Amino acid sequence: MELFVSEGNPHCLKVLAALEVTGVQCGVQFVNHEGKVVPFLPRPAVPTLFLPSGQHLFSSNTICRYLFELNGPESSDQCNQWLEWEATILQPALLRALHLAVLQGKGSEVPKVLQGPLNVLDQSLVKGSMAYLTGEAVSVADVVLWGALHPVLSVSSLELSDHKSAKAWFDRVAAVRGCQSAAQKVLQGKGLEAMKSYMQKQPAPQSRDTQPCNSSPAENDEGERTVSEEEMEAAALTWSKDLNACSYPAEKQHPVMPQEGNRNVLITSALPYVNNVPHLGNIIGCVLSADVFSRYGQLRGWNVLFVCGTDEYGTATENKAREEGLTPQQICDKYHAVHSSIYKWFQIDFDFFGRTTTEKQTEIAQDIFWRLHKNGFLVEDTVEQLRCENCQRFLADRFVEGMCPHCSYPEARGDQCDKCGRLINAVELREPQCKVCRQTPEIRSSKHLFLDLPKLETQLENWLERSTSSGDWTANAKQITRSWLRDGLKPRCITRDLQWGTPVPHPDFKEKVFYVWFDAPIGYLSITANYTNEWEKWWKNPHQVELYNFMAKDNVPFHSVVFPCSLLGAQDNYTLVSHLIATEYLNYEDTKFSKSRGVGVFGDMAKDTGIPSDVWRFYLLYVRPEGQDSAFSWADMALKNNSELLNNLGNFINRGGMFVTKFFGGCVPAMELQQEDKKLLAVVGWELQQYIQLMDKVKIRDALKHILNISRHGNQYIQVNEPWKKIKGGESERQRAGTVTGVSVNIACLLSVMLLPYMPAVSQTIRDQLNAPQTCINTMLQGPGTFVCALRAGHRIGTVSPLFQKLEADQIEALKKRFGGQQITASTQPAAVPAPPVVAEMKVVDGSDPEKAKQLAEAVAEQGDKVRALKSQKAEKAIITAEVSKLLDLKKQLALAEGKSPEPAPQKGKKK
Amino acid sequence: MALRELASLEKYLGLKKPNKYSTQGDKKVPVLQNNNAPPLVGLVTIACHLVKEAKRPELLGDGAEGRAVVQQWLEYRVTKLDSHIEDTKSILKDLNLYMQDKVYLAGNQLTLADVLMYYGIHSIILDLAVQEKEQYVNVARWFDHIQHHPGVRHHLPPVVVLRNRLYTSRHH
Repeated sequence: MELFVSEGNPHCLKVLAALEVTGVQCGVQFVNHEGKVVPFLPRPAVPTLFLPSGQHLFSSNTICRYLFELNGPESSDQCNQWLEWEATILQPALLRALHLAVLQGKGSEVPKVLQGPLNVLDQSLVKGSMAYLTGEAVSVADVVLWGALHPVLSVSSLELSDHKSAKAWFDRVAAVRGCQSAAQKVLQGKGLEAMKSYMQKQPAPQSRDTQPCNSSPAENDEGERTVSEEEMEAAALTWSKDLNACSYPAEKQHPVMPQEGNRNVLITSALPYVNNVPHLGNIIGCVLSADVFSRYGQLRGWNVLFVCGTDEYGTATENKAREEGLTPQQICDKYHAVHSSIYKWFQIDFDFFGRTTTEKQTEIAQDIFWRLHKNGFLVEDTVEQLRCENCQRFLADRFVEGMCPHCSYPEARGDQCDKCGRLINAVELREPQCKVCRQTPEIRSSKHLFLDLPKLETQLENWLERSTSSGDWTANAKQITRSWLRDGLKPRCITRDLQWGTPVPHPDFKEKVFYVWFDAPIGYLSITANYTNEWEKWWKNPHQVELYNFMAKDNVPFHSVVFPCSLLGAQDNYTLVSHLIATEYLNYEDTKFSKSRGVGVFGDMAKDTGIPSDVWRFYLLYVRPEGQDSAFSWADMALKNNSELLNNLGNFINRGGMFVTKFFGGCVPAMELQQEDKKLLAVVGWELQQYIQLMDKVKIRDALKHILNISRHGNQYIQVNEPWKKIKGGESERQRAGTVTGVSVNIACLLSVMLLPYMPAVSQTIRDQLNAPQTCINTMLQGPGTFVCALRAGHRIGTVSPLFQKLEADQIEALKKRFGGQQITASTQPAAVPAPPVVAEMKVVDGSDPEKAKQLAEAVAEQGDKVRALKSQKAEKAIITAEVSKLLDLKKQLALAEGKSPEPAPQKGKKK
Repeated sequence: MALRELASLEKYLGLKKPNKYSTQGDKKVPVLQNNNAPPLVGLVTIACHLVKEAKRPELLGDGAEGRAVVQQWLEYRVTKLDSHIEDTKSILKDLNLYMQDKVYLAGNQLTLADVLMYYGIHSIILDLAVQEKEQYVNVARWFDHIQHHPGVRHHLPPVVVLRNRLYTSRHH
């Protein structure tokens, strides 16, 4: 039996303690954190116990339990319960605590994080009044919990003064023979510092408030928020404030330059590769997300520059040119225009959309190259490369195909296998073929230059630590970067034997060009240089400029590791990325977008669907793969358009405007706020604050939820107050109708501002219909958010008309057929693919089932009686809760069977 | 969710009278109400208790080693699968590699580890595209096997796992 542990790994502490306490004979080996011990796990797992039978135990609690069971009885239910609690509740909290204390230097926040679990432990010890957790003798539970808590409790300043019983227990276990020496072995007396290198390699813990957003905003409504008296008064006070005098962000003056004293935000979106038409996944991942944030930044009054362009050099362009019988330059010209027109249709508001095949690109790339060369960060090496004698040239990665050496996929490309996703060196391919002539190439050696990444690693890590802790990096960006560093950096080749690229200026490498990964990110700089000659004020100005990079996750390493290394090595005070925003992948109807299979919607086809650009933007942003992969689905798009845009948002905005037109002659009526109105203002104000907080952190999809919440609240407010009835009543009733109408159109005005980044055209239409002053735009999003009454009594509104159109089922069905996906899955696997859940849901909602409803109604009544009986008998709370949840569940089913929506959402079809 | 799992497990074990459960905390951790003992908390803890109650110790593994392997995968289920810290891809990757030469998660017979892992992973498998099921072919094979084990499936719909590949594969 052999136990593998590593120094500074907190999980090893309990295992070593268990070994000492039980006295089991076992060899102990210290390995480093990356020690790959378990053959079937793709990542390192320490501690690991290697059993005589050849089995591996890789979970620390299981190892402890096993060691205890070797010489003793099976662990009891009580022990099991503590071990499970430790693994599922305590560990996540400890991980957060260690992360704060070890990596962020925020030891003072540790008590707050651990308070909950420590309360549980303390109370249980008080109740049990035994020396140890499960009795009067030490058990595996004591050793595991002690080992888990030791690193934090013994070395941080955390005092257990509020948890006396826990403290006494902790000290008692610490005194057990073997525990202290185990701690010494792992922490080496260095305290928290000992765990630093281990913690750096762990994924950052998720804090509770960043849980992945649910796909349906209605679902995670936290129920009614209680609004305090003060909140209502504050909201009413804000409401009565004046609009800002200055007008909406004065038309941008180009070129935009950094301004002293303002927040200068430079936004880039990953440069789309020129030789293809972008699909919806590309659009949401890069340009659309960046556009929303850029528009939002302007609303917040920041000084924003948003640049992008097509990435044009590289082998793929050469390939495409050959296929289409054009020169690479012609291909680039053709597709650059295609890209431009697609983004224009999607209303992507670049300040400049350039390209990488320019003079400036050559100038800047060569400058960076010479600086790296001068500073000694380039090394020379010979590379084995495939050469096709038939075509008389070295074959770049994408000119070779062959069998993947890892998974035997026959169509692996020279740089990567599409099947297993692993990176490949072209010479490793089995049975390589030249993609052009299908001959077998030969291996030849050729001299190349490499960027010495290992030499830059320390600098990079120091910078990364600062940037990731002060900036808003998405979790996947941090994780991917960390895994790259964990695997260790290797020198990366920056030259290629190609023609279509930026020429390498070094005389020894005359015939070569820069590798695209080195060249392409420099495009951000050169594109800016084509926009303004003073581009260095943006790119060599890290103290004034904050750089946001938007991309899909596959692009992260180039932006977080490789490109920063180029810039750090060039030593010219470059602006490095402060906020790296990476999305996950968007799938198409549960499969991948594929141009070759004709599956998916591509940028140029979106406009042919007849669905407005704003609706496309809305749906893509609604399913933005933020935090997890998501899928584009036609049925879902129709559902969201019809339920959220038409019935919720559009309905609310339209109702307010219609009431003003119909009942008040087109002029906003006088408003006398009552308690209920103030409450609504407070609720809306709160949603606005949430929106701003999320948008500041680039949580674009989550923020959208709060816009829809506002119109949902608004719809309920109108529904409850029924202004269309009150207008026919007496004087006070008529006044009430006026107030409700006035508040509603003002909320509509606020919504138009919040919608601006998402749906710019609709946003403007709303303001046109309400004849709203442009000054409302920059007032509402100031500071934490200020919801003012922008349309005062007497304000005349314009002509109101519906904002959205229903997407009909047959229309969607036709589109689904036209864009593939559907036929492919339908013809190949009739039963395997479950109908998309949304469709099923719609059916339930639409088709009511009276028979089932009757049965359910009886069940609800019965369950209701049961709950009442239990309550009157004063039964245990847990039992009552369980029965109540059953009752709620039944009620929900009943609502569905009766054809009602189970959510207290706006009532459909009750437009007035 | 966990409560439905426990109800299905009870049925599988053939326990006659259903137990009373509730949940606690925002993670909805299941709690077993016990008349003559303190309540038990936690999915794995309760499941192991039920197995013992049903006198089916073989479901917890043979000997200390066998038991340890079962416990290890039970722990994997509640820490990795339920926590959403790991992404589903890496979980599937783990399991696929591990299952390469195995029929069951632990030892040579069905154990509680298989049952709870099956309940926990069901929603993930349900969402996989056919291509992905092929990518994780060992997991898919194990999954199909477990769902057809008499009495296991209960509250969950069956998932179709194709045994023959869709596209011809001269390269496999």
